[in-house]
Amino acid sequence: MGGGPSHDHAELAAPPGPAHVMESDEIRRALTRIAHEIVEHNKGAEDLCLVGIRTRGAPLAERLARSIASFEGVAVPSGALDVTLYRDDVALKRPRSVEQTTVSADVNGLAVVLVDDVLYTGRTIRAALDALLELGRPRVVRLAVLVDRGHREFPIRADHVGRNLPTSAQEVVSVHLMETDGEDAVMISKLGGGRA
Amino acid sequence: MIEHLLSMDQLAASDITTILDTAESLFEVTHRPIKKLPTLRGRTVCNLFYEASTRTRISFELAAKRLSADVINFSADGKSAVAKGESFKDTAWTLEAMGVDAIIVRHGASGAPHQLARWVKASVINAGDGCHEHPTQALLDLFSIRRRFKDFEGLEVAIVGDVVNSRVARSNVKGLLAMGASVTLVGPPTLVPKSAAAWGAKIVHDLDEVIADVDICYLLRVQKERQSEQLFPSDREYAACWGLDSKRLHRMKPEALVMHPGPLNRGVEISAEASESERAIILDQVSNGLAVRMSLLYLMLGGRESGGGAEWS
Repeated sequence: MGGGPSHDHAELAAPPGPAHVMESDEIRRALTRIAHEIVEHNKGAEDLCLVGIRTRGAPLAERLARSIASFEGVAVPSGALDVTLYRDDVALKRPRSVEQTTVSADVNGLAVVLVDDVLYTGRTIRAALDALLELGRPRVVRLAVLVDRGHREFPIRADHVGRNLPTSAQEVVSVHLMETDGEDAVMISKLGGGRA
Repeated sequence: MIEHLLSMDQLAASDITTILDTAESLFEVTHRPIKKLPTLRGRTVCNLFYEASTRTRISFELAAKRLSADVINFSADGKSAVAKGESFKDTAWTLEAMGVDAIIVRHGASGAPHQLARWVKASVINAGDGCHEHPTQALLDLFSIRRRFKDFEGLEVAIVGDVVNSRVARSNVKGLLAMGASVTLVGPPTLVPKSAAAWGAKIVHDLDEVIADVDICYLLRVQKERQSEQLFPSDREYAACWGLDSKRLHRMKPEALVMHPGPLNRGVEISAEASESERAIILDQVSNGLAVRMSLLYLMLGGRESGGGAEWS
């Protein structure tokens, strides 16, 4: 959309800002369900490894690992992946500082579940697959996301989804987590700041 | 990030922190079975070396290759057109015409990289110019120090030896002071002149005065090739007064470290025992240099396709 933001009168009257679509209790329940789905699908917590995509996939992977440990009594290895240097737009964007990749387990032969906050174009997941395969050859790779907002540009789908959220490309979905933002919430707003 | 890296003056403490943080992440890559990232595919890096070098040139070559860039090594020796009298400027333009994205340059003349940066569109990285600066050495030294001490605040660093001829000293003083460490320059008045006080470091002429108090003893190589006149009587005299021998080594604080940019003159500025002691992190400096140069190449070349680059969403 060119020519600046276009608001109708109702929007101008309302205070601009993001609308909450998931509160902390809903996030907690969604993650608990995903944790159970992962174990059920894997037929147990054996040979499982949860790998979060930085930034906000990393704390989500840790929460899932803690959740699985609480009901299965098994410590599931978890880790974090920084995919910046594997992205297909790395040459187009201003370089940013790269965080550490810390996957403690040897991923060879494991069932790796990639974890991210929002699934959108699928390009981040494509980069994450490349980054993951540099570390070894997992037996199988699955994908868990808190929010799937559609608009895929690659043939990629999630195995476990917290919430399917129909969006337009003019909207921004932002996930806040306690570990990184001091609160748990999923919000949606218009590109440029207004309420969606 | 900056377009060219010519001097440590260009880097604020926050820039240095970004480079070191990214190097910390890339350090992990250098320990994987597959030590390769696709980040700089299709980019070309040229090593343009008018002076001898082992570790700096190999380190830059490996750093660029680990990021999937193509690398050209150019040495101004008997095998290149420089031997036929080609000027520095014509060589620069030739490289530009071949479409290189970055030129890593080492030159005997101070300021040569600055001149080169005015001639070419490629990013220029100073890999040592005369007695002026060697910024990537300072960055890898800062990285090596931070890996051991975590924090620069309150750290006492002695830089010992041929300070006046040393580009390593000049770049390190700037970097260490920017990060909050305190620096003392140690050596005979012929090698550590009073004018060096303008750098912001303390000056001491007696190593024994400070050796028991420093956290890091950074020894500079005695540069015989740069010494036009006799600035000290003999190697033995130098070793006795300013060399790190076992006696001085044992007077250092328990956690204090010994650093040296290499190559070593064993028995002159450092004894064999000191260079092989547990305090010496000289080989760590070399392996850390790889991660730091990868970090710098990514941060400088990463977004150049769109002329500065868009923000990440």
